[in-house]
Amino acid sequence: MHLKPFAVSALRSATSGGRRYHLWMGSLTLIMLVGAYAYSRQLRYGLGVTGMSDHVSWGLYISNFTFLVGMAAAAMMLVLPAYILHDVDFSRAVLMAEAVAVAALVMALAFVVVDIGNPLGGWHLIPGIGYLNWPRSLLAWDVLVLNGYLALNLAIPFYILYGRFRGRPPEKRKYLVWMYLAVMWAVSIHLVTAFLLAGLPARPFWNTALLGPRFLASAFTAGPAFVILLLALIKRETKYEIADGAFSKLALITTVAAQINLVMLGSELFYKFYSPTHHGINARYLFVGLGEHHALVPWIWTAIGLNVLATITLMIHPLRENPRWLMAACAVLFVGIWIEKGLGLVIPGFIPSPLGEIVEYAPSAVELGVTAGVWALGMFVLTILVRVALPIELGEVRSPYLDEERVTPIVRPRSRRPAPRPVRPVRTR
Amino acid sequence: MNPDRTLEPRGDADERTMLQKRVDRRRALSILIGGMAVGMQAVTACSPLSPVSDEERETRLLAWREYIKGNYRFMSEEERAETIARLERLAKLKRGVDVTIQSTGAQPGVMFGYAFNISKCQGFRNCVQACINENNLDRRAGTQYIRIFEMEDGVVDLDEADATFQHEVPAEGHFYMGTQCFQCADPPCVKVCPVGATWQEPDGITVIDYDWCIGCRYCMAACPYWARRFNWSAPEVPAEELNPNQHYLGNRARKVGVVEKCTFCIHRTRQGRLPACAEACPTGARVFGNLLDPNSEIRWVLANKRVFRLKEELKTEPRFWYFTD
Repeated sequence: MHLKPFAVSALRSATSGGRRYHLWMGSLTLIMLVGAYAYSRQLRYGLGVTGMSDHVSWGLYISNFTFLVGMAAAAMMLVLPAYILHDVDFSRAVLMAEAVAVAALVMALAFVVVDIGNPLGGWHLIPGIGYLNWPRSLLAWDVLVLNGYLALNLAIPFYILYGRFRGRPPEKRKYLVWMYLAVMWAVSIHLVTAFLLAGLPARPFWNTALLGPRFLASAFTAGPAFVILLLALIKRETKYEIADGAFSKLALITTVAAQINLVMLGSELFYKFYSPTHHGINARYLFVGLGEHHALVPWIWTAIGLNVLATITLMIHPLRENPRWLMAACAVLFVGIWIEKGLGLVIPGFIPSPLGEIVEYAPSAVELGVTAGVWALGMFVLTILVRVALPIELGEVRSPYLDEERVTPIVRPRSRRPAPRPVRPVRTR
Repeated sequence: MNPDRTLEPRGDADERTMLQKRVDRRRALSILIGGMAVGMQAVTACSPLSPVSDEERETRLLAWREYIKGNYRFMSEEERAETIARLERLAKLKRGVDVTIQSTGAQPGVMFGYAFNISKCQGFRNCVQACINENNLDRRAGTQYIRIFEMEDGVVDLDEADATFQHEVPAEGHFYMGTQCFQCADPPCVKVCPVGATWQEPDGITVIDYDWCIGCRYCMAACPYWARRFNWSAPEVPAEELNPNQHYLGNRARKVGVVEKCTFCIHRTRQGRLPACAEACPTGARVFGNLLDPNSEIRWVLANKRVFRLKEELKTEPRFWYFTD
């Protein structure tokens, strides 16, 4: 009975805001429209309007996909300490992290959809009316785990928020088991996506046991880095309090993961370059170029430079404790991992081809447009989710059907906030 | 070389029965949706606002039926005949061409194999052209299934080879090596397909149901021999150059956004003819035949020549061997 007011108040929270908010959402909408136009060209003329070819058959779309799966998985790094280890500093950040997971998954799935040549045949994947080649195909696994993870990350925050909305604090025994599942699931989505590439002996660049662990390390770098930036923004712009402890712990996670990521990169480089066999030829293309072919060389060295710089910054304690340096390092790290885990991971797998031919790749304008559109979609979804969750979390929005007597005060451990205010009908800030 | 593994047909009868149930469910659904579509057609037909010619209406209906059909691999004989009739009619309606599409199945006691004589090949690429004509390959994109690599004497290394040579052949101090789909006995491309749109037939040919493929291109990433091609745009074949003798799993018209590959000319070889490439070769470098027939030429080559295969270490067991005189 509270569902309708919940939806109404969610819609109101998402659509009302100041001028800057509307400007932000308006710009995102504009970029999404550009993306939609670019995608319409692709639907009309086929994937030939992209920079991809028979030689480089995956490009910018799948690069973004692999990166975003990592982002989605990394959100669970906050859930783990907050709900299972009862770390209260984190508890208020968790819903935001789950919003990041949902937005990242929406983008990841959208990138797969735009990459597919025959999207109208998508129903062929649905077991029952179609045929899902599970368990043989790793892509079938990926379809299952990504959608499962999306469902978990939608269901858990909905249960918590809806409970608060109708004045019933969420019961831990009901959702904790799902939390445990989601944490394990987070590791699985990223490992499955790594196995999708690592399981191909045809592509020696990916066919390494280190790929899965490297995926996890880079995900646990870029994901928390992004969450830190988001939380800082929320803290600055809203009344939502986030304990400083949460920032320092998140920064620690990011630092450790960034270090492990660099160690693994070094290990990979040693393996590929100390004894340069045929299997290292793709890595040679990526890092030093082959003859006159070296399109990716500036990209990967930029990425490594950014990652090293940010990691060193984070390792110096006074700098990490300083919010400005922390934010800068996180932003730099995010961009660095995006290049390394995206373009720097997917494209060199195809160059040279398994028959030794070298055809280079550069994304087309259509591809860039679609990519920008999907990112705008993700940011749009993220903004709405945060916007809906915050007033409920702050206790500003409650179901109008609630009697004052029936309201159970929401207990928040170590909360510095005063007791909940008297309940009012749906109201937005 | 592991003859047992290469020669044995790989049946999937169990899988087929297991999947029959799902297929029935899907069929029921498609009949339901199809019925609704016919109803919609009837409504639009009566509407004076949309003057649609009979041919256009027929095309739309057939296209819709084609859209909701299932995977060829799990179709009954009856369903196969129906879809072929629709495809032939659509070719007539849309392009004005008369094509014949076969559904000839694998013949018992047949396992196809190929051998390539490196000593004989001179790099003329008649095979490449014959393949383009025979298999209705996209003329605009210049799709080719066969690649002929020119290599310097003394070096067998694809990294150093050139497949785009444009000069008089045979070039001094060079030799030639052709690649195409090797019809592996343990094909990595088949394993990875998320929708089961590609599979190995009992005679060893790996085929694709072009209408079931969703175009994810995972198979292209998985193939160690770069044998698969994608339709980046709608393929174009001039009507006068079209080969009307087609097979559902072979050289019939492909759509934009799906993957295709060499099928050892399934429409010819299942009727006892040679693939177009083997027939076109002026040097006799190409030997094709039935691996299960002890008197075949391919068996003679395997027994009497020193043969090798590309990337044996990947254990995909190609049914394509190289040999020298």
